[in-house]
Amino acid sequence: MSRISAAFEDGPAFIPYLAAGDPNYEASLSYVEALERGGADVIELGLPFSEPIAEGPTIQSAIVRSLEGGMTPTRFFEFVEDLDVDVPLVCMTYYNLIYQFGDDEERGPEAFVRRAAEVGIDGFVVPDLPAEEADPLREACDAHDCELIFIVAPTTKGERLERIMSQVSGYVYVQARLGTTGARTDLSDQTDASLERIAEWDVPKAVGFGISSGDHAQRVIEAGADGVIVGSALVDIVAQGVERGDPPVTVANRLESKARELKEGALRGAPSDEQPHPERT
Amino acid sequence: MSSETGKFGEYGGQYVPEALMPAIEELEDAYERYVLNNEDGFMDDFRERLADFGGRPTPLQHAKRLSDRYDCDVYLKREDLLHGGAHKLNNALGQVLLAKYMGKERIIAETGAGQHGTATAMACAHLGMPCEVYMGRRDINRQRPNVFRMRLNGAEVNPVTVGRGTLKEAISETMRDWATNVEDTHYVIGSVVGPHPFPAMVRDFQRVISEEAREQIREKAGQLPDSVVTCAGGGSNTMGVFAEFVDDEDVGLYAVEAGGSSLEVNEEEGVAPNSATLSTGTEGVLHGSRTRVLQDRDGQIMESHSVSAGLDYAGVGPELADLTDRGRVTAVNVDDDRALEGFHRLSQLEGVIPALESAHAVAYVEAHHDELGDVVLLNVSGRGDKDLETVLEETHNRDIENAPDIDTFAATGGFQ
Repeated sequence: MSRISAAFEDGPAFIPYLAAGDPNYEASLSYVEALERGGADVIELGLPFSEPIAEGPTIQSAIVRSLEGGMTPTRFFEFVEDLDVDVPLVCMTYYNLIYQFGDDEERGPEAFVRRAAEVGIDGFVVPDLPAEEADPLREACDAHDCELIFIVAPTTKGERLERIMSQVSGYVYVQARLGTTGARTDLSDQTDASLERIAEWDVPKAVGFGISSGDHAQRVIEAGADGVIVGSALVDIVAQGVERGDPPVTVANRLESKARELKEGALRGAPSDEQPHPERT
Repeated sequence: MSSETGKFGEYGGQYVPEALMPAIEELEDAYERYVLNNEDGFMDDFRERLADFGGRPTPLQHAKRLSDRYDCDVYLKREDLLHGGAHKLNNALGQVLLAKYMGKERIIAETGAGQHGTATAMACAHLGMPCEVYMGRRDINRQRPNVFRMRLNGAEVNPVTVGRGTLKEAISETMRDWATNVEDTHYVIGSVVGPHPFPAMVRDFQRVISEEAREQIREKAGQLPDSVVTCAGGGSNTMGVFAEFVDDEDVGLYAVEAGGSSLEVNEEEGVAPNSATLSTGTEGVLHGSRTRVLQDRDGQIMESHSVSAGLDYAGVGPELADLTDRGRVTAVNVDDDRALEGFHRLSQLEGVIPALESAHAVAYVEAHHDELGDVVLLNVSGRGDKDLETVLEETHNRDIENAPDIDTFAATGGFQ
């Protein structure tokens, strides 16, 4: 069993996201480590691309901060090597960085995935790479025992679902609503419909886009998800720290306690053995 | 992908967020039915509107004084005379009409120089569709007349402040809007870029330029042109005027890019002081397709530059990239100073004030007419009214040999 699959074995998984290197290399290392202390089961690490078309303003700003701090793919892999965490890591990035990675002798998915696997990356989410264009990356992932995680959107129906189901591994990223990433104060009924469409899939379902509180996390798990993905609500904490000039240790503590709130919310949503949740039977 | 037509050699494809894929497939289906197969008489409706509303066909003018200067016959395809003052209406009208046939309720678009935004706003007013246009803040400042024209036609103009505030950022922002409102909204992409079917579809809407030009030049010159010269940013006027000549192997096709201030790039700063993507770019994935892009070695997209906002883009259409790789299209470039010379040349010798974009093509003919053969088709993709402030300012700041003397004008308060 892969490390990512194992992370879903003991109840609902909490999967936080941060942009690596936001707002700088050293602080970012401590922020990611704080997430693990707060209860992260898998961590998504953003490798920033200059044109993040799937991101909302919060994560876009994080990407700008990280790039201005000198983050590059090479530096990203060093970052992962320097990280002191024991949970599976997923690299979230855009396809052009994967496509360009390497040197004059070898460029592209194979070189990228090989290096990623070497430093301990377990899987990839590539928001601008639909299943139709994913073969080269899929092959590289298979060769290096990495997972390729795909997003299912509220608009994904019919044949597209089949196509994604045949390609996805690790977990399926269920996009809770249309639009870009960003924390919201409510949850969409698009989430329920999306989860229902893929209920039979033999892969854990993790819901992301818009989850910002323990209560949200609880409701998502109650709706049948196996995990929750939270990005913008955490990136907001980093951004506030930058704005107020808070010391990194303060920001790390806030991240840890936010992570704990989200993880506990997810756990509350899990059906207990005594009282199986009606929606999950 | 439902058809093989999404690829031009190695280029093209569909690299977009999953949420958009169903809309892309729906558009692919609509493109095949309405545009390629004229279902419900769509293309007849389109052509009729291009004539009555748009003012097609545009003339092919024999440019007597330019011809004398260069000792060859230069013919100007006058897309500047199309309604709105640029070739952009061909595509905007086609896409807004298609969105209407598809039952979409809202139009969004991005714009660089403002010509595409203006054309989309006009097409939306004509067809009764609500319209929002994203435009970089920097471009808003240098293209104010077009911003006002969009507002006059009832469109909302949304400033984009991230990055350097030019076309590349505006495209990303429009994609985000589309991902949020994809179910009732159509994104009118302004050039032959983006995911399939946009590059093919936009080319087919722009193809009317070369359909007319091919007939007109046969009639006027009694032969096909020896060369077709036009400017290339994203590449929509380029593909439009090339499309019907691609199979005529004897016709040279010249895509003139913006050389900006230099062809050198500053990798450290992530800046290319040009927009010469075909000439200096490398293969990458940007805004939905695999094509040539201006990027650093890591794959981060560079900020591009051109004195002309409409050419200021770090990518280029995938079909144009493929035709260039195959040697069918010759990619060349002209720097900012030469473009300004071209601007003044056409203004003075023919009484045609070209868009700064088109001025790049004029400048190339000026410098290379010896190599272009006896009959040259020069595409004037748009008129220069939108660029007057920029040209006055840039001409004043530089030493442009053939510029009129505007110091007196400047001294009497011409520049605020």
